[in-house]
Formats: sequence, structure tokens, C-alpha cells
Amino acid sequence: MNIVWLLLIGAAVISGAVKGHMADVSNAMFSSATTAIELAIGLVGGMTLFLGLMRVADDAGLVKLLARALRPVFRVLFPDVPRDHPALGAIAMNFGANMLGLGDAATPFGIKAMEELQTLNPDKESATDAMCMFVTLHSSSLQIIPVMVISLRAAAGSKNPSETIVGTIFATAMSMIVAIVVSRLFARWFALRKKAGAA
Amino acid sequence: MRELANSASNWIVPLLILGIPLYAYAVKRVRVYESFIEGAKEGFTIGVRIMPYLVAILVAIGMFRASGAMDWLVWVIRPVVSWAGFPPEALPSSLMRSLSGSAAFAMSSEIFKVNGPDSFIGRLVSVIQGSTETTFYVMAVYFGAVAVRKTRYTLAASLITDVSGIVAAYVICRLLF
Repeated sequence: MNIVWLLLIGAAVISGAVKGHMADVSNAMFSSATTAIELAIGLVGGMTLFLGLMRVADDAGLVKLLARALRPVFRVLFPDVPRDHPALGAIAMNFGANMLGLGDAATPFGIKAMEELQTLNPDKESATDAMCMFVTLHSSSLQIIPVMVISLRAAAGSKNPSETIVGTIFATAMSMIVAIVVSRLFARWFALRKKAGAA
Repeated sequence: MRELANSASNWIVPLLILGIPLYAYAVKRVRVYESFIEGAKEGFTIGVRIMPYLVAILVAIGMFRASGAMDWLVWVIRPVVSWAGFPPEALPSSLMRSLSGSAAFAMSSEIFKVNGPDSFIGRLVSVIQGSTETTFYVMAVYFGAVAVRKTRYTLAASLITDVSGIVAAYVICRLLF
């Protein structure tokens, strides 16, 4: 993350200098900072609502029930998380909301999942394998029906805006498999490296 | 299909907000109002906690976009992907997707306008945009929420996943269209 962050800023400043876009770069700096805070504030409303709902579901034992139902899948994805742990229920709700395209609901559930995973974390500043797997899976875009893309296609006058759905589902499934395999391999590699370092 | 997806999301959330507390109160005798407030308390703190993470990453991405450095990245990668037959017009929006969803969608709209949404490039861009995610934003929000600074291999694994999504999209589009 350190390297990528520096690369983004470094490339921006060099490119801004070479192409004479420095004023744009400077403006973008401050407007992006403002946008970031607006985004964070914008999340608060939905987050408060769904975290409240999540607690009700938790107190009613629904989150645990969900975790239990999905146990076979989660044993493979998150082997370090104890069975029936509330983290698994939150993860299930996050995946469910993402698949249905309910982004506003998905984020609070995902944050709840991260908080639950953090309770299992011995080193609070460093991500666990379960966290890495969970976040990486998001990169495969879990959404089944890409509503946003279909709307864009329709707006552009496509004869059949939803004809790309099958392809999208295929590509999402493939990248999901890659996400799982790559995360597991990295986890193993990091574990080996740590062992070698300790010895 | 779009109508179905839209109306599904309009129905699911209200039904959840009624269904979960109703079940909790009627079956499990949960004090639903108190329980809701207890859980909702955390909302604001989390919003504040993710702010530094979001500012750090969005500022870097905003600067990168404004500087036009994307052209260089495209210039470096272009020969590789053209060799594989991947249309270079689809490259910038695909690379942008991990950084900024709104920018990537704007670039896709531009492609739809120029090439048409039903052209091969238009379809390819549609599949790519639908099967990749704004990785940097997701990472900032999720790790920010628990104040985890060392994300270890998440970024590397996520970027590999993004690339695999683009490759898979290209392969399936070649087969389908």
C-alpha cells in the first residue's frame, strides 16, 4: 500500500509538471479531500440505520443462524474464524446485499464483519488472513445483476441493454475463484515467511 | 431484467426492516427499539474513523486523475494488450475501474457514445465494468473502519483479482459476441 500510494502521488506530480497540469493536480488534491469527507459523512446515515438493524438481527439469533447455514462455504474461505462466530453472519449478510446490488446495505454489514473479525485479531494494526480474503473477494464485484452498467447501456441507446449479464456473471465467477485461490496462496506464503523469519 | 433488479432492491430492504424486528419481537422477545439504538450508536464513530483512510486514498487518486498520468500507464500496458487482441480503446476505463467508479463509468459512457453500446468494444466494456470493483475505495472503507493500517497482501491479491476479471471478461466476450 505504501508503494502504490507513493507511486500514485509521484506519477501525478511528475505528469502534472511535464504536461503543465500542476494547477489541476493542486485543485484535485483539495477537492478530493473534501469529497472523501463528504463520502464518509454520506455513509453515516445508512450505516447507523443498518448497524441498528444488524443488532436487532443479532439479538434475535438470526446472524448466528445465517452463519450456521453457510458453514460449509465459510470453512473453506475463512478457516481461522470459529464456527458460528458472528463475523460469519455479518459476512453472509454483506455478500447477500452485494449480490443483490444493495450497496447502501452492503457496506455497513461489511464494516460490521470487519469489526467482528478484528475481535479475533491478535495484532490490531495488521490485517488477518480472514480480513484479506474478505476484502479481496469484493474486488471480483459480487453483484449478480450489474444495474449501473445496464442503465448506462440503456441511456446510450442499446437495443438490448441486459445482454451482457451472462458474460458479467461468468467474469465475476472467474475472478471470484481467482480471488479465493490467490488469497489462500498469499496466506500460506506469508505464514511460511513468518516461520522462516522466526527460526 | 433491469426492472426486476430495480424493483427487487426496492422491496428487499423495506421487507428486511419490517421482518427482522418483527421476528425478533414476536418470536425472540427482543426489546427491538433499545436493541436498534444500541447497534446504531456506532454509526457515527465509524464514519469518523474511516475519514483519514478515505482522504489519503482519494487525494492520491484525484491527483493521479487530474495529472493525466493515466496516459502513461495506458502507453506502457497498451503494447501487451494489443498483442493479445484486446481493443486498446477499452483499456483506460478498465484501468480506472479499480481507482474510481464514477470516472470509469463516465469513460464507459464516452465509449458507448463513440463506438455504440452494442459494438464489441461496448459490450466488452460493459462486462468489464460489471465484473470489477473500486478496490481502493473498498479497502479504505473496510480497513479504515477497524483502524487496521497494515493490509498485508490484500492490495496485491485484489489487483490480481481485478486483472483476472478483465481477462475473463475479454475471453467470454470473444466467445459470446
